[in-house]
Amino acid sequence: MIRIGVDVGGTNTDAVVMRGKSFVAGAKSPTTPDVTSGAKAAIAKALEASDVAVDAVDAVMLGTTHFVNALVRRRDLSPTGIIRLCLPSGSSLVPFADWPRDLVEAIGGRYRLVDGGYEMDGREIAPLDEAQVLNAVAELKAEGCTEIAISAVFSTVRGDMEQRAADLIRAAHPDLQVTVSQEIGRIGLLERENAAIINSALRPLAVDVVAAFGRMKADLGLTCPVFFTRNDGTLIDTVEVERLPVLTFACGPTNSMRGAAFLSGLENALVVDIGGTTADVGEVRDGFPRLAGTSVTVADVQTNFSMPDVVSIGLGGGSIVNADAGRIGPDSVGLDLLTKGVVFGGDTLTASDVAVAAGRAEMGTHPAPAIEDLDGLVAEMDRMLGDVVARSRTSAEEMPVLAVGGGSVLMGPVVDGLEVVRPAHHDLANAVGAAIAQVSGEVSKIVQLTDDLDRDTAIAQVTQEASDAAVSRGAEAGTLTVLSVSDVPLAYLPGNNLAISVTVVGDLNLETA
Amino acid sequence: MMTPVLNVDKPALRRIARGGAVLGSGGGGDPHIGRLMAEQELGDDKTVSVVSLDDLPDDALILPIAMMGAPHVMLERFPAGNEIPALVATMEKLMGREVSAILCIEAGGLNSVIPFIAAAQLDLPIIDGDAMGRAFPELQMVTFTLAGLNATPMAMYDDKGNGATFDTVSNQWTERLARALTIEMGGAAMVGLYPVIAGEIRDCLIKGSLSLAHRIGDLIETYGGQATETLASSLGGTMLFHGRVRDVERRLEGAFAKGSVKIEGQGDFRGRNVVLGFQNEFLSAEEDGRMLATTPDLITLIDANTGAPVPTDTVKYGLSVKVLGLPCDPIWRSDEGLAIVGPRYFGIDVDYTPLDVA
Repeated sequence: MIRIGVDVGGTNTDAVVMRGKSFVAGAKSPTTPDVTSGAKAAIAKALEASDVAVDAVDAVMLGTTHFVNALVRRRDLSPTGIIRLCLPSGSSLVPFADWPRDLVEAIGGRYRLVDGGYEMDGREIAPLDEAQVLNAVAELKAEGCTEIAISAVFSTVRGDMEQRAADLIRAAHPDLQVTVSQEIGRIGLLERENAAIINSALRPLAVDVVAAFGRMKADLGLTCPVFFTRNDGTLIDTVEVERLPVLTFACGPTNSMRGAAFLSGLENALVVDIGGTTADVGEVRDGFPRLAGTSVTVADVQTNFSMPDVVSIGLGGGSIVNADAGRIGPDSVGLDLLTKGVVFGGDTLTASDVAVAAGRAEMGTHPAPAIEDLDGLVAEMDRMLGDVVARSRTSAEEMPVLAVGGGSVLMGPVVDGLEVVRPAHHDLANAVGAAIAQVSGEVSKIVQLTDDLDRDTAIAQVTQEASDAAVSRGAEAGTLTVLSVSDVPLAYLPGNNLAISVTVVGDLNLETA
Repeated sequence: MMTPVLNVDKPALRRIARGGAVLGSGGGGDPHIGRLMAEQELGDDKTVSVVSLDDLPDDALILPIAMMGAPHVMLERFPAGNEIPALVATMEKLMGREVSAILCIEAGGLNSVIPFIAAAQLDLPIIDGDAMGRAFPELQMVTFTLAGLNATPMAMYDDKGNGATFDTVSNQWTERLARALTIEMGGAAMVGLYPVIAGEIRDCLIKGSLSLAHRIGDLIETYGGQATETLASSLGGTMLFHGRVRDVERRLEGAFAKGSVKIEGQGDFRGRNVVLGFQNEFLSAEEDGRMLATTPDLITLIDANTGAPVPTDTVKYGLSVKVLGLPCDPIWRSDEGLAIVGPRYFGIDVDYTPLDVA
């Protein structure tokens, strides 16, 4: 099977061609404002460098920063109303709490609370009141909302009420798109609701983005399906990305970690991705990134959808060095490294200059500068990287550190006592990660153990639900593997309540997908 | 007219929530959701007055307000918002007089900010003090119990408008019965308990807790990762340890999250190891069989990079941390105090030794 992986980054768009599990060719092209022409150029170059004909390509996998950029810039967001099924509970903390004011204005900030929701054990807080829901939708629509998101208390425990409300709205208003919170977030109503609102606000943009990539595909003469990569390193198809764009938010770091693991053949490792301005460190376990356990802040909004647990520091190839203070970063010359860096003939001392002077890297057009306290600066760089690597570890277990990205030359051979490995094609790790993405099913819920339901049975039930979800999303049943199982006992409550989360992954079934 | 010790607006509330997390000693629930609820009540203009107990006449009725139950439930099912007015009305009827001020019963964790919701809703002042000086897991673990004051009459309300009142034979019984009812109410409920008049708590109130929480939050905002040293020196405590988390072990025993955190020394502490034991809150800090600190003194874990307090339920391997030891209120160091919150109550088989701050 031949796959093309594409990563749209802030500076470059990378494309790689993969045959089965082998790397065939790759190329970089500057990211363009319309995104798709940069992607088109990168794919064309990669194909040209390979022996692969356009009509032999089986699938294109895309990782893009479109959606997170729209949110950060408060642009291309649609007016969204949120309906929360919670009454009589919930009024003490209403939707949009703690959002930045300009983002609330960009989305409209409209909400209604209606009867419904569940207790943690699945009892109803109140029955769903259909008339209330329809009335709320009519009002929100009259106020200008074109998108509706729904949340319900403990919908992660029981999702049927949220679904019933969504079906009701779709039947009454075929023109409205509806996001249900359980499809996106985990336990934590406010954060899950935030993710659902953001998803709704991004939907029309997602439709445009899918259409633009469709045109790009036609321009290139590609006839294969196009997929997008999710935050967790798995795929969704174009129909699903139009519905759930928020799931592709953090695919960049994920693709970089997955690609690094694949290129090195090391499935359990720490990955340090160093660009021009930051170093991002995460951990891969069995080839997949470890996910953040708590809430994640995106564009100043707290959310809790599955995102890789990445620790970032302001140290990259373009980081500005203050030699007198012995400090490096967080300010960076960024993209201007190639003109401002000393080894490129500029006059700004950067981390790359230090790396060249220390003999760690060869680059540039000019000789390395003489730096008085070179040893001190190298030690500071190593200390910063050592600290961020140490913070990213989850155990004392020895594991390799994979260095990827253009700035990875800053790293020495050992960090935090761990061996550093720089895989081949490391500067294309993100696109490779996109190309090898799989399909996942993920279920997370609280289960109350009883005499008839022990822990193992409960976990097996949740695992089955996750497997079913993976297959329904296009995974080949024979290739399913359980990626992660976690069960956390919930304190304070008697009756043995477990929060169980299971993720199952499998290869993409191109017959049915 | 009372002169407030503090006028609490949204930024001040943020600082109190941060300080409350430090006084939580790793437990008591994350004040985040409670802070957001209080902010909604405050809006843009309102403030809450924190006043000194000294400014209240002896016969002024004071009502502590708190959230009881699982902090986890608070992440999903938020209160309706009318629980507190219902509680206060019920308590006023039982007591036969009007409430003059709200009190914080537990200055650590989520309950450091819950009383601000009540104060903002009812336009009442909050007393600058509490009855724990930190967070503890059970409702009888208050200085009021030592002073012979009753938790009852107590009222409990849920989000549906269900209310209950308790009349019990001991504060331990109040804990048992109230805990059972919170489960039936969906895992969490609002409570009003230990109704007192100002005259009966002049000697047993831990005074200044809220202004202390505010000051702690302010120091963290100002000093970030360097706040631990400043907190230790300005609050009469000590920095017990600095290092990196090298192991976290968790288990569920009864209704409590228990476990331990192993920390490997860094900097001045290189070559040494400390193990923190927890049951919801951090209860002990031990080095090679020697106790550096135990409950009821406060043991708080601080993120060495940001100064943010780290709760027991989210502490992770690899985090660079500082361990802050703060002395508990002297009232807890009495034999009677140690009997209800000392190390042996929590199954730690050592005699209590006061925190060494020399």
